[in-house]
Amino acid sequence: MKLIKKSIEKDKSGYVTLYPEELEDMWHVYNLIQTEDQLKATTIRRIQSESATGSSSSQRVRLTLTIVVETVDFDPQAGLLRINGRVSSESQYVKMNSYHTIDLELNRNFTLFKNEWDTIALERVEDACDITKQADVAAIVCQEGLANVCLVTQHMTIVRQRIETPIPRKRKGSVTNYEKGLGRFYDQVYQALLRHVNFDVVKGIIIASPGFVKDQLYHYIFDQAVKTDNKMLMENRPKFLLVHCSSGHKHSLQEVMQDDSVKAKLADTKAAREVAALDKFYVMLNNDPDRAFYGFKHVAKANERGAIGTLMVTDALFRSADIATRRKYIELVEGVRASGGQVLVFSTLHVSGEQLNQLTGVAAILTFPLPDIEEEDEEEVAEENDDTQANSDEMDVADDLGL
Amino acid sequence: MSKQPSQQHAKVTSGQGKSTDEDVEFLEDDDDNQMDFDMAALNLGEKKLKIATAKPKKVSSIASTPVSSQPSSPKVTPLAKIPPSKRVDVEAEYAKRTSDKAKLNMVVIGHVDAGKSTLMGHFLYALGQVSEKTIRKYEREAQKIGKSSFAYAWVLDETGEERIRGITMDIATNSFETTSKQFTLLDAPGHRDFIPNMISGAAQADVAILVIDATTGEFEAGFDANGQTKEHALLVRSLGVQQMIVAVNKLDAMEWSKPRFDEITAKLGTFLIQAGFRKSKLHFVPVSGLTGENLVKKTEGCPLYDWYKGQTLVERVDQFEPPVRLLDKPFRMAVSDFFKGGIGSSSGVSVAGRIDAGHVQVGEQVVAIPGGEIGVIKTMQVNDDTATWGAAGDSCLMTLTGLDIMQLSSGTVLCTPAHPVPVTSTFIAQLVVFDIKVPITSGFPIILHHQSLNEPASIVKLIATIDKATGEIIKKNPRHLSKGSTATVRIKLDNRPIPLETFKDNKDLGRVMLRKGGETVAAGVVTQILTFGS
Ligand SMILES: Nc1nc2c(ncn2[C@@H]2O[C@H](COP(=O)(O)OP(=O)(O)O)[C@@H](O)[C@H]2O)c(=O)[nH]1
Ligand SMILES: [Mg+2]
Repeated sequence: MKLIKKSIEKDKSGYVTLYPEELEDMWHVYNLIQTEDQLKATTIRRIQSESATGSSSSQRVRLTLTIVVETVDFDPQAGLLRINGRVSSESQYVKMNSYHTIDLELNRNFTLFKNEWDTIALERVEDACDITKQADVAAIVCQEGLANVCLVTQHMTIVRQRIETPIPRKRKGSVTNYEKGLGRFYDQVYQALLRHVNFDVVKGIIIASPGFVKDQLYHYIFDQAVKTDNKMLMENRPKFLLVHCSSGHKHSLQEVMQDDSVKAKLADTKAAREVAALDKFYVMLNNDPDRAFYGFKHVAKANERGAIGTLMVTDALFRSADIATRRKYIELVEGVRASGGQVLVFSTLHVSGEQLNQLTGVAAILTFPLPDIEEEDEEEVAEENDDTQANSDEMDVADDLGL
Repeated sequence: MSKQPSQQHAKVTSGQGKSTDEDVEFLEDDDDNQMDFDMAALNLGEKKLKIATAKPKKVSSIASTPVSSQPSSPKVTPLAKIPPSKRVDVEAEYAKRTSDKAKLNMVVIGHVDAGKSTLMGHFLYALGQVSEKTIRKYEREAQKIGKSSFAYAWVLDETGEERIRGITMDIATNSFETTSKQFTLLDAPGHRDFIPNMISGAAQADVAILVIDATTGEFEAGFDANGQTKEHALLVRSLGVQQMIVAVNKLDAMEWSKPRFDEITAKLGTFLIQAGFRKSKLHFVPVSGLTGENLVKKTEGCPLYDWYKGQTLVERVDQFEPPVRLLDKPFRMAVSDFFKGGIGSSSGVSVAGRIDAGHVQVGEQVVAIPGGEIGVIKTMQVNDDTATWGAAGDSCLMTLTGLDIMQLSSGTVLCTPAHPVPVTSTFIAQLVVFDIKVPITSGFPIILHHQSLNEPASIVKLIATIDKATGEIIKKNPRHLSKGSTATVRIKLDNRPIPLETFKDNKDLGRVMLRKGGETVAAGVVTQILTFGS
């Protein structure tokens, strides 16, 4: 993404004009836009007009509109970002306050006005516009009969295609069905690779699996490349990396990102950092549970005492429509930084971010143990971790089981 | 799939009873009280319905016992176009067959290279299941690729990749008979990468042989934290296997040393008993898979018999007890394999698996869940022999007509159309946490293994930790679960719902294994299904 213009006042209000260039930029914008922000962008509007004779016609007009944002939707697969709100700019075609939906487009400027550009929002802009941080990787995680062809960028893991082909198993005296099925499977993965991977852009292509699936797939790919004289594949052969992982499910990307050969090849990626931090959290929870906490209440308490060494939060928390919630977490982030702690904002589009999100979205590794935190408010935390509806259900169940 | 009958639904959510003991002690269950437990869950009279294959007389009484109309134990005849004259009285046939020779499924497990495939290959050869000619051929071919020591293993390792690498990758199925029983043999891969296949095989097994490499350093390597010996043993136990033979293998390479045998027996015995095996159901047998010693025959003059006066492997295997089969429950078969084309290159779709409950016969309709598509059984095989019917416990291959292969997937359960298995994406399970490196928290992503299926899922909530002995809650809403703990949790499938039953309704389809990063983190039983529908 390119930063075209930035103008922010002392009171933190102001605007930023940006030029999105790729799919990941849409994700950044999705994380930037909040309800009540104002968005100015070019858009298409269907205009009804009535002619002098009274017959009405409709036509599509491209125009620039400003809206006050009410809802934001993002489809990472399609890279489609839709923002809905009321029109706040005068226009010859559109009435003020009428509703309009903007589908944000690549390669066109847009301007975002905020009453308050907080730390997280400003960092997001900075991050998004830093081209040195770009490191796209294609990863195929597979097991016999299952493959996930993924694109991993700094902030996103997108499953481009999930291939699931039943492979007949070996049977006494006959392995032909099995071997044919396997061949078909490798071919499907090969086709998906050609379709979804842009070899000019990706820094590496990782093939990961348990057992020998990765080796067999790799051989299949290059056998085909030779047969079909695919120069693109041959030239990119050094970019391929075979890595062990425990399954073909998307979760396995966590293992892949932690693999030494992947780390060496891709240097420091955000995804790998997040996996490592979350791992460290779990190890701490095991070895010294008084130094590892999750859930806002516990973490905030640890912060009050200046005990947080590493704070992990998911970006989902900052997308909250509720301003107070967002502010609450920003204060936490700023507090941790002020006392010298490190803050990692996890992307919920990465596997680790998904996991952290389910673990209340916030966790911390402390620099010193705080054994009394847990006892202080056991009950409160129990409540906090529940979506109330589910909780009451569960209690009934527990009763039923005689728990 | 079609909606669950509301009555069934009501039963699942509220009929949990107070059998907390069994809930908690599912790793210490034994056949008898498990059956009682199942019966109690169904509110059925215990006595008359007990079907023990070992006691065929009781079975005949079942055929004439009117069964109550409880939803989960219907006496429904699947809509079949079989004329009554041709209909098989399966329960009567089953009793007949069982009084002749009972059928059992046996899985062979153990660390990679312990000698499982060699041992079983040799065993099958010694029993006459594999011809002299075949073995000689394998010897020649194996030698050609420099793998001559694997000739017997080739009986089971049939794919090119397996033979070249000398590693079993998927379950191999075979069958053999002893004096009093018929066995389906499942040779499992030992390598940790293929544990999903091993689970799929072990889920079908009644009994197990654990193979141990007795050579210096190798027993230790298999037994330590990174070895597969312990994980395999825990897995089969968690999957309901209670009787196990430990084959202490490769003793030929240890000069048939008694101290070594005793050392292994002692170390392993302690662990296995901790893991929930009963001493009376564990047997240690010294063998050599390579030389064939003490598999079926005892060679005179072999130093082993200076100190070993016990049974051969086959004698011991013959003494495995047939487990109680759920013959009177609605028909269910978790599909472990399927492919286009019927048996003997006829048309249709072939489906293989072990019948978990109930029975079927040729001509009957079955429904594939999820999906709800119905097919008719055209032909079938039980243990590789043509059959007209199959019952709980049987390893079956059947040809179905009228069913599109696209409707099948790994994880499909074939059911009687009158009572299909529930399909769910959220359920409550009681877990026993294995020896894990990091604790389990809510949000923990796992791979859920259920029969032959493995699917990504998450532990979305830790409900309570439980005292294993008393069944009482230790802590509600625990922050995390550490190794060895017992807990109830809520689990949610990430991608799609799967067919699942509560442990009370079906002890095979009610068990799950949870793995993460290539390690088994917990075993569990399904206590409640929270959402229904596909
Ligand atoms: N000396 C000796 N070697 C054995 C014995 N059983 C198996 N082996 C060898 O151990 C290796 C692994 O055997 P295999 O059956 O593939 O093991 P698996 O991985 O457990 O199935 C092969 O080289 C076998 O020849 C035995 O009883 N004695
Ligand atoms: Mg083997």
